[in-house]
Amino acid sequence: MKGMQELSAIASNLIFLSFLVGIPVYGFFKGVRVYESFVDGAKEGFEVAVRIIPYLVAILVAVGMFRASGALKLITEAIPGVLNALGLSPEVFSLILIRPLSGAASLGLLGEIVATHGPDSYQARLGSVIIGSTETTLYVVAVYFGAVMVTRVRYAIHAGLIADAVGVLAAIAVCRLFFA
Amino acid sequence: MLNIIWLVLLVGSAAVAVFTGQVKEVVLAATESAGSAFKLALGFTGIMALWLGLMRIAEQSGLIGAFTRWISPLMQFLFPRIPDGHPALGSMTMNIVANMFGLSNAATPLGIRAMQDLDTLNCHKGTATNEMCMFLAINTSSVQLVPASAIALLAAGGSSDPTVVIFPAIVATCASTVAGILAARLLSGLRRFRQEPSEKAEP
Repeated sequence: MKGMQELSAIASNLIFLSFLVGIPVYGFFKGVRVYESFVDGAKEGFEVAVRIIPYLVAILVAVGMFRASGALKLITEAIPGVLNALGLSPEVFSLILIRPLSGAASLGLLGEIVATHGPDSYQARLGSVIIGSTETTLYVVAVYFGAVMVTRVRYAIHAGLIADAVGVLAAIAVCRLFFA
Repeated sequence: MLNIIWLVLLVGSAAVAVFTGQVKEVVLAATESAGSAFKLALGFTGIMALWLGLMRIAEQSGLIGAFTRWISPLMQFLFPRIPDGHPALGSMTMNIVANMFGLSNAATPLGIRAMQDLDTLNCHKGTATNEMCMFLAINTSSVQLVPASAIALLAAGGSSDPTVVIFPAIVATCASTVAGILAARLLSGLRRFRQEPSEKAEP
């Protein structure tokens, strides 16, 4: 299975490389002045990066404070009854709560679950599937809307969080089916 | 919604910090996060420039146009109001493909580019359009097929079979994407989410 994983890493790199090399080669044969064209497009990179700074600061500061306050632990300890009914450990529940806010924090929590429950445990597998089926919604919303300076996001977060919730429920259902 | 989430995070964290005696840590986290947000954005500049440059070549060579025509039935179903052949269809498609393969380095610049293309169709600047919300719903539902970083963690922990989670993850991520699309479609019809209070015909 080590082989499978290496294979998937090689595949990802090859796909990346085929974009990186394939696009200019295709452009060259279509008569595009590839170097000029690339530089012209790339010019906007800095401008976009600077434009998203205020939005990133707003989100990352709030999430950073939330993580440091210990609120997550408090919430998790307050509702253990629900967790038992769903067959979730407190760590997995924390993972579900932090997932829309921070990708790094949710991977960190998965690392903890792997360390405490074991890499082949039900909890570790469930956590992995949850990470695979959800996204850091708040961060994506901040960056994408920040780039076009949209502040009235209407129902984008609602839709994203509904998708995350369904992803979590589907992950629990599928993991029960396969691993329980 | 963003207003409320942001405020709840700030006020909630401060309140809990006082309660648990973590005030110093929370203040430190706030200042450090502000700094890391800036560093993150700057670090992002290079990769952003790289993909914007490649996108320009792909556009001028007609590659994106060809690709868009190929996938257009699906995109037309998801984004019926975007005119045929609009660049937003191409950049959104590129972003979704990059996301599916887990190329997050490529997906974010392409997604930002897609948002800029969508913004050209926006007649209420500063307010999200239905198409932006649909695109975000698809993005935030995770379309990544293989959860590579989770698998890496399982493998690093000494798992005997780390890739066993791939199939369940694909099933769950399909469910979440369908839910995101349905949610965006349904919510767009709600009165309270109208683009403008005095909205007439949308573009």
